[in-house]
Amino acid sequence: MNDALLKDFQALVGKENVMESEADTFSYAYDAAVLDPVVPGLVVRPTTREELGKVVKLCNDNALPITVRGSGTNLSGGTIPSKGGVVILTNALNKIIEINEADLYAVVEPGVITAKFAAEVAARGLFYPPDPGSQAVSTLGGNVAENAGGLRGLKYGVTKDYVMGVNFFDVDGEIVKSGSRTVKCVTGLNLAGLMVGSEGTLGVFETITLKLTPPPLAAKALMAIFDDVNKASETVAAIIAAKIVPATLEFMDNFTIRTVEDFAHAGLPVDAQALLLIEVDGHPGQVADEAEKVEAICKKLGATRIQVAKDAAERNKVWEARRAALSALARVSPTTVLEDATVPRSKIPAMMHALSGIASKYKLTIGTFGHAGDGNLHPTILTDRRNTEEWHRVEAAIDEIFEVALGLGGTLSGEHGIGLAKSKYMEKETSRATILYSRRLKKALDPKGILNPGKIIGE
Amino acid sequence: MADMQKLLKLLGELDDQLVSCMRCGMCQAVCPIYGQTGREADVARGKIALLEGLAKELVKDPAGVQDKVTRCLLCGSCAANCPSGVKALDIFLKARTILTGYMGLSKVKQAIFRGMLTKPKLFNKLLGVAGMFQGLFTTPVNDIIGSSCSKFLAPVLGDRHLMLLAKTPLHSEVPSLDTPAGKSGLKVAFFPGCLADKIFPRVGHAVLKVLKHHGVGVYMPEGQACCGIPALSSGDRESYDKLVRANLEVFAKGNFDYLVTPCATCTSTMKKIWPMMAEGMSKAEQETIKALSAKIMDVNAFVVDKLGLTAPQAAEGAQTVTVHDPCHLKKSLGVSAQPRTVLSMNTGCKIVEMNASDACCGCGGSFTLQHADISAKIGKQKRDNIAATGAKVVATGCPACMLQISDMLSRSGDRIAVKHPMEIYAESL
Ligand SMILES: Cc1cc2nc3c(=O)[nH]c(=O)nc-3n(C[C@H](O)[C@H](O)[C@H](O)COP(=O)(O)OP(=O)(O)OC[C@H]3O[C@@H](n4cnc5c(N)ncnc54)[C@H](O)[C@@H]3O)c2cc1C
Ligand code: SF4
Ligand code: SF4
Repeated sequence: MNDALLKDFQALVGKENVMESEADTFSYAYDAAVLDPVVPGLVVRPTTREELGKVVKLCNDNALPITVRGSGTNLSGGTIPSKGGVVILTNALNKIIEINEADLYAVVEPGVITAKFAAEVAARGLFYPPDPGSQAVSTLGGNVAENAGGLRGLKYGVTKDYVMGVNFFDVDGEIVKSGSRTVKCVTGLNLAGLMVGSEGTLGVFETITLKLTPPPLAAKALMAIFDDVNKASETVAAIIAAKIVPATLEFMDNFTIRTVEDFAHAGLPVDAQALLLIEVDGHPGQVADEAEKVEAICKKLGATRIQVAKDAAERNKVWEARRAALSALARVSPTTVLEDATVPRSKIPAMMHALSGIASKYKLTIGTFGHAGDGNLHPTILTDRRNTEEWHRVEAAIDEIFEVALGLGGTLSGEHGIGLAKSKYMEKETSRATILYSRRLKKALDPKGILNPGKIIGE
Repeated sequence: MADMQKLLKLLGELDDQLVSCMRCGMCQAVCPIYGQTGREADVARGKIALLEGLAKELVKDPAGVQDKVTRCLLCGSCAANCPSGVKALDIFLKARTILTGYMGLSKVKQAIFRGMLTKPKLFNKLLGVAGMFQGLFTTPVNDIIGSSCSKFLAPVLGDRHLMLLAKTPLHSEVPSLDTPAGKSGLKVAFFPGCLADKIFPRVGHAVLKVLKHHGVGVYMPEGQACCGIPALSSGDRESYDKLVRANLEVFAKGNFDYLVTPCATCTSTMKKIWPMMAEGMSKAEQETIKALSAKIMDVNAFVVDKLGLTAPQAAEGAQTVTVHDPCHLKKSLGVSAQPRTVLSMNTGCKIVEMNASDACCGCGGSFTLQHADISAKIGKQKRDNIAATGAKVVATGCPACMLQISDMLSRSGDRIAVKHPMEIYAESL
């Protein structure tokens, strides 16, 4: 970066908010994806939305590639910058601008931490349901740009279901407004919809308007244990067929159960082939009724043990086991590859069957857990990236996982995004025309190709 | 400067630990420094990535990496919350010694660690002299806390409110002890630690009073040295080893069931870091360290877990006390219930919990000197949480936290006393 340009950035956001030393730039070369680091040339941290717009414009004027970064927790390389490019941090833009209790919406800056927002909303007696596993650190901007899901997806939907509007900067640093604070809005193109899941490739979010709902009055959790994966997935289908939509319906396979038990000693049966964690919520009467029905269905379909949480403490225990899943698996080996292929709910047994085949074919350890209700499984490959030979097998296994998922009518990614990691598979799921259409769209909006180049649709 | 190949080799030895970081970023939620700066190089993930980058020669600037790695309170919040079980503290301490080995130790630190700290007798004498003159340069500011400030020392210490060296350090009043086990049937070795000896001897006296009350024999040898953490966290392995050896020697002579300290930092250093850093020492020394560290306990944990103290019914006394959980007590040793039990033994007290009682106070040893602004910002949050309880007293089981909290409260003009839980209990005896 030349000195004059560096001074321009410093003049915009203040010297203390521009980082150019090797140690600073290197620490923005990666995110939570297992990919090689790429070092940016400069890192800027605007402290006002106005500065954010000006920084975008300055980058465009100088044809500098931009990667906007929230907390860098995405699992697909969405925040791995272009070599020598500019990383723009949003974590100083962390104001909750408004929480409107009468009209059930909130307006936030993109750098607000998800869990802090959810807590603030809860303190007003309202509810913001999307709860990605990373919510203690992820930003709302990152959630919108990745269309993040969470445990409550089945009943409450994912981030996109809560985005009422996004105001964003175009490459010239001009504000584009989309959506509104009203439940209904048909003014103009659905640009907010275009921004959801755009991974920083189409615009830079300035503010986000999010929908809020009243919280459920009651909840009940139960754990059902099965000696056969098929029985567990039949149970999932039967619950939905009974017209019950649990808030959460989570699955763990035998390997995950054993690992969690080793790690957390939660009292899980290590010989169980599958485990379902189910929570129903809503009006107390409805909750009691549905919990009873769910229990009956689990029994009927052959659960070997059912444990209904009697109080908040027991309910917490049930969820602790689920929360421990990733931690427990991550400790087994140095490298943890968390995959995200998603299939129609009814195809879970087929997917599980294929996964165990892939694990033995490539001689890999794969633990699978995830959101059974959504067909969104997380096959987690436990490996050591330093072992090149094994790493090749991991890559081949990942290719095959995607192939199987697509063959079953599924999708590459349920919630972790495409980023760099999966862009090469995009055409397989969609079509050549889809890629070209997307590229033309991007080209029109971002003629110099500065917005997070290479992500989703390649270059 | 030592050679780069050696640096790479030593860093390479950390590789197995470094590689267990999966870059999930969950440590951002708990790192006090990241909370202030929002900079990735300040959080464990960033530091670990930099060390890995340096080891793989992707990063070429060891000085830059050292600067980032030492911007750290060594509070262990990241390690305690890491889903992947990364031993961040082990990594950071080892990295500090490796990087200091390569970059060299500053002249000032050489003078402090190698010239004074490793010579306990000289160190005591020097501080004794300093204690006589400190009054000339400082003015008392807060009688409840007992703090002073100093215009004269402002260029070095900024606008800090200081706790002065005690007029009579513990070792002058009680040079050594060797009393037999009484009715408890137990005997402990007592390691007051530098701060409870020189700045807060009242804590040391309180511990001795409680131990005596419960019929616990005490072995307190002369010539105790610093636990070594200030030297180690500056990467001065040589001084650290000297200090550890000096302590091994004086405690080898005693016969005791447990070794107790009233300092959370000393306890976690002796219990966790001594064994971890023992690799380079002789087999015999490693054995001694292993045996000794198994006996080391925080004094609150000792009186509750080993003497079986149980607090009387929920104390409803007039004296309101709030509790700060030192990082080195709760996150490193899992001790948080015991200090509360200890102080509620004093029925004149009533505990009012503060928000985020286990959030770091921002001290971090020499961090508070090198990064005074960040340290003060973190400390201010702690102060606000303490003040919001309306408590008259804040209790904490670590003299280093006591120093930082005294400074923070005093700067805000609060009239809240800072005490060790053992002091509060001892007052009732
Ligand atoms: C342990 C762990 C658990 C996880 N669990 C889940 C889960 O349950 N569900 C789930 O969906 N994901 C999960 N994730 C993935 C990740 O946390 C989410 O994708 C999250 O939304 C990323 O948020 P972030 O703030 O870290 O965004 P970043 O990673 O910083 O960025 C993500 C993308 O958003 C873009 N972006 C960020 N801010 C803006 C902006 N202002 N304007 C335009 N673009 C922007 C970036 O350029 C990038 O492409 C998990 C990750 C981890 C490490
Ligand atoms: S929480 Fe642990 S594994 Fe995750 S980034 Fe931090 S140190 Fe690494
Ligand atoms: S030890 Fe504390 S200050 Fe250092 S990186 Fe970990 S959480 Fe941050």
